[in-house]
Amino acid sequence: MIQVDNLVKYYKDFKAVDNISFNIDKSEIVGLLGPNGAGKTTTIRTLCGYLAPTSGEIKINGSSIQENLLMAKKSIGYLPESAPLYGDMLVYDYLLLIANLRQVKNKQERIEEMLELCGLKKVVAKNISELSKGYKQRVGLAHALIGDPEILILDEPTSGLDPNQIIEIRELIKKIGKTKTIVLSSHILSEVEVTCDRIIIINSGKIVADAKTDELKSMTSGAKVVVVEFKNDLKEQVEGFVQKLKGNPAVSDVEEEREQTVKLKITYKDKEDIRGEIFDLLKNTELQIINFYQEDETLESVFRMLTSNALANDEASQENAAKEDDVEEDDAKKGDAKEDDSKEENKQTSGERLEGEAKEKQEEGESK
Amino acid sequence: MRWNIVREIIKKEISQYYYSPIAYIVLAFYLIVSGVFFWTVFFLQNQAELRSYFNMLPWIFTFIVPAVTMRVFAEEKSNGTFETLVTLPITMEEIVIGKFLAVCLFLLSMLFFIFPYAISVDLVGSLDWGPVFTGFVGAFFLATSYAAVGLYCSSLTKNQIVAFIISLFICLAFFLVDKFFNFLPESLLQVVAFFSSDKHFKSISKGVLDLRDLGFFLALIFIFLRLTYENLKNQLTKEN
Repeated sequence: MIQVDNLVKYYKDFKAVDNISFNIDKSEIVGLLGPNGAGKTTTIRTLCGYLAPTSGEIKINGSSIQENLLMAKKSIGYLPESAPLYGDMLVYDYLLLIANLRQVKNKQERIEEMLELCGLKKVVAKNISELSKGYKQRVGLAHALIGDPEILILDEPTSGLDPNQIIEIRELIKKIGKTKTIVLSSHILSEVEVTCDRIIIINSGKIVADAKTDELKSMTSGAKVVVVEFKNDLKEQVEGFVQKLKGNPAVSDVEEEREQTVKLKITYKDKEDIRGEIFDLLKNTELQIINFYQEDETLESVFRMLTSNALANDEASQENAAKEDDVEEDDAKKGDAKEDDSKEENKQTSGERLEGEAKEKQEEGESK
Repeated sequence: MRWNIVREIIKKEISQYYYSPIAYIVLAFYLIVSGVFFWTVFFLQNQAELRSYFNMLPWIFTFIVPAVTMRVFAEEKSNGTFETLVTLPITMEEIVIGKFLAVCLFLLSMLFFIFPYAISVDLVGSLDWGPVFTGFVGAFFLATSYAAVGLYCSSLTKNQIVAFIISLFICLAFFLVDKFFNFLPESLLQVVAFFSSDKHFKSISKGVLDLRDLGFFLALIFIFLRLTYENLKNQLTKEN
């Protein structure tokens, strides 16, 4: 459906997108994730033909966007960041204009459908500039959807909305996503986590991860946390329990929090599930258990790991480059060899790269 | 180029003109200034003709047309709506032509206010309608070629004021070029005078329909629309 090959985009001297490649299949919901200024919006703008790439190729339905821009634009519905719309128009007039420009058949019916789907019936006769942010966003969604495009590209669709509106828009995206291919960008992790099948994480213009949402979540540092909370504070028994836990080789850390209750955070290695053993240990005590749960792995940790890691790598590689410059004259051959290495690294698919990084992290965790 | 799309863009632009106060302000300004300048000398001259009206049009247009065109691209760019517009399945040619024709229609509606003057002059004396029509044609070409200049300037920037000032400057240059260089030797002045919008306008409004005059305005329109198109295309490939 969408095929991006070696996309590079420069703004003057600044490389905003650095050699990105990915494929998106039909009716996938893909989240583009990344910190601010990572190149999400630039990538999206090149995808929908607003910006021309410096180099590389984008294919929509198999045909190059550069060669067949109009065809590509027909099959894409695009909602730019913060939904810029003609504020002096009425909602209905605006949708009519877009329907006309997109040459929609059965305009009236289609507009009615959009008003229904996006919950705009109440504001149909209002000026767009008078609408709240949430309603504007919905008009933007209707704008993107009205031509019934196969692909929907949404840049930060929920930014600036209140929690209720976020949930509504999210539901809407899920509903639409059953039949359409959706690419959405966001820096809000929880949002991408619940709406997207697949996540592409971008950092300083490069793809640092590209995987299914579940797979990505399991790529944490390799440690899990179980929380046990007791109502009564029987110091000796708690201490005895903690001692026994620390004796277990799988347990790497036990953290105690004492307020009105006693809370133990037990960190253990991912591979061995020790929850059964913990339960067995607790059976023989008189501690009243009021909570016993394993903390959910969050994308947050993966995101932090990948984006901050990549930053560190970047700095390291820059330092290396500087060093290479110094020795270049003396030892040109070595430099060549290094370059070859780095090229090979680039050839690795993003999945492999990710596994590699996850492994590194795991090793680090173990050494700690 | 799909004309039904161009028509939709024209409709959108025209409706936006009349939603915003700018159209009314410009129209009011035009009517007041042209009215004051015309009637103050009309009775002194004591002649049933509109020559003084047409003589001041180049001056008025130099200020009014940039005010009409300054928002065309600059406003869309600063609001971000340009992005929504460009990513719709329409081409840049359709956008540029549509917006240009919309400005032309607005200016045409403005020019029709010549006729109340003509009719009232005809009531008090016997008016020769020939120069009125040729003057109207000349004024239309003058205004639309300034509009093309204004469109280009509006495509250069996000700031409407900047767009206004640049296009005012260029229009003024075309208006004054022959008056500025009158110290030049006659042969050179001939060349410079060819670029004077005022000279071509006066020549048309005298009733001489010379191909060179029409060609001048058409060339101006074509060149500046082309520049606008290329400029917008370029901005998307390079992006500031």
